[in-house]
Amino acid sequence: MNMLQFEAGVLEKLNAKAHWVWRETLKIHRQSQETRVASSLSAVEIFVTLYYGGFLRFDPANPLWELRDRCIISKGHGSLCMYPILADLGYFSVTELEKVCKEGSFLGGIPDPVIPGYETINGSLGHGAGVGAGMALGLKRKGRNQSVYVVTGDGELHEGSNWEAFMFAGQHRLDNLTVLVDNNHISMLGPTDEIISHRSLIQKFDAFGWFAIEVADGHSVAAIAKALQDCRREASGKPSAIIVNTRKGNGVPGLQDAPLSHVAAIKPDLIDQLIGER
Amino acid sequence: MDAIATIQPKAMRDTLLLSLYEAMLRDNDIFLVTADFGSPVMDKIRADVPQQVVNVGIAEQNLINVSAGLALEGFKVFAYAIAPFITMRCYEQIRVNLALLSEVRPMNVNLIGVGAGYSYVVSGPTHQCYEDLTVMRAFPNMRIYSPADQVAAAELPGRCLSSDGPKYLRLDAQVLPVLYSEEPPIFANGFHTHRNGGAVCLLATGYMVHTALKVADRLMASGISVGVIDLFDICGFSEDLLQSVLSSYRGIVTMEEGFRGRGGMDAMMFDYIVRRGLDLRMLNIGVEGGYRFELGERHVLHEHVGIGVERVTEKVRGLMKSLSA
Repeated sequence: MNMLQFEAGVLEKLNAKAHWVWRETLKIHRQSQETRVASSLSAVEIFVTLYYGGFLRFDPANPLWELRDRCIISKGHGSLCMYPILADLGYFSVTELEKVCKEGSFLGGIPDPVIPGYETINGSLGHGAGVGAGMALGLKRKGRNQSVYVVTGDGELHEGSNWEAFMFAGQHRLDNLTVLVDNNHISMLGPTDEIISHRSLIQKFDAFGWFAIEVADGHSVAAIAKALQDCRREASGKPSAIIVNTRKGNGVPGLQDAPLSHVAAIKPDLIDQLIGER
Repeated sequence: MDAIATIQPKAMRDTLLLSLYEAMLRDNDIFLVTADFGSPVMDKIRADVPQQVVNVGIAEQNLINVSAGLALEGFKVFAYAIAPFITMRCYEQIRVNLALLSEVRPMNVNLIGVGAGYSYVVSGPTHQCYEDLTVMRAFPNMRIYSPADQVAAAELPGRCLSSDGPKYLRLDAQVLPVLYSEEPPIFANGFHTHRNGGAVCLLATGYMVHTALKVADRLMASGISVGVIDLFDICGFSEDLLQSVLSSYRGIVTMEEGFRGRGGMDAMMFDYIVRRGLDLRMLNIGVEGGYRFELGERHVLHEHVGIGVERVTEKVRGLMKSLSA
């Protein structure tokens, strides 16, 4: 990737796209209140940077294009924001966004790989890192240069299977694998630190043989883009982990950073107000 | 010297891995993933085709997930570990990343579980495996192969490479007598008739085929002829062909080295008989009395839990008596 990503025009476009995705995510939640919106709002800028920032190679007309980079959305619950992104990119019609969770739709409350653009089963937590490590190993053994990205969350990292995968990826020097942790600090029943604290994820990944860096403001596409660039530049011979510090329920009063936000729904009139304001 | 004596007895895993090794030499897209579990043939594979092997360590969840990832990249994958661990330690990984995902993605992943039933005799119930048929047949798209000897086991790689989908290969850990000395069983049928009999047929899988043959010998010594069938494709046998074979019997005896009445082969056959409307009395032979911790030779342990030659012979006599009453 070249430095064009950081030119003002590009950044403005990425920021505008992030705001659009934020609004569209709220609109979907307005019509499908059972969706997990708080953990989807924390990840908006992560997905926008990956999909619009030039980091992923993909072809919406051919979702399983052999030369694509693989992006596994392991925190399936928190990826409602992927629906407008995939529709906008042309994976499916934007009219599908009006049918989320409705009878006959393929867009469920927790996404499945029947959705064009989704690689694997998600939502059951702790699977993406291991499957991604297997894909990364497979690509290397075939001499291919595609990359594998896995988006997970700090709550999801309580699943022990992740750590089996992290040990494996470090051991096999899978430098074509990047894990982005949507570190929104809140699990289902409260702050992650009060449930099982991760203490320092950076130190943990480092001890596992990874190149690990932190993004202080996970709602800055520029900061996420820089971290992705740094990984590509610095992580030769090691898998990469980016700890992206985000806010669960970002931008929604009453929801943002609320300990029990995971399954909370936003009232339609508040959504109308928020969409009108921003 | 008869034909059986010309085949050197080996463990199922060794003949299976040898077949797999030969296939791996021909096909670079075959991958073997082990959870730090080996064999002499595994050592040869690791030395000769290292690019097609990886050891994930003692980490069965990752064994399944890495296997799934490799399969998504087009590899035909064989995952290898001890039977209770490759089935139950990582059950949800199998459900999500093999059973569910293979419904929407072409994937060929084959789980080789070594140590069916009591075959790890002295290791106790952690390493023994009496639940695998039950839990693995719960997946609607899982194929389960349960060979009874090393010749049948050697056929499995070729069989598995020819079709996609998740499969479980249930191997005995001990060296067992050779049953298929002249030619391997026909896998397309899913079962093999070793003996034809009078009113009753013993339908056994894995190690219990050997028990069934001994029971049949005992009964024959007292003038009673029973049929013996080796059922090695638990979920995919030819239902029409089996119905045709069973049409001459009035009763069948299912024989498995797994808990009786807990959804294993007995439940599968019960479902089959009901669906097909077959007029057959059924006796189920399986492990009775739950988990136990005694040590002893396998045939002794089998008598304790109701699946040894003595106990089975007695039960089959009872069935025959009730059929003639």
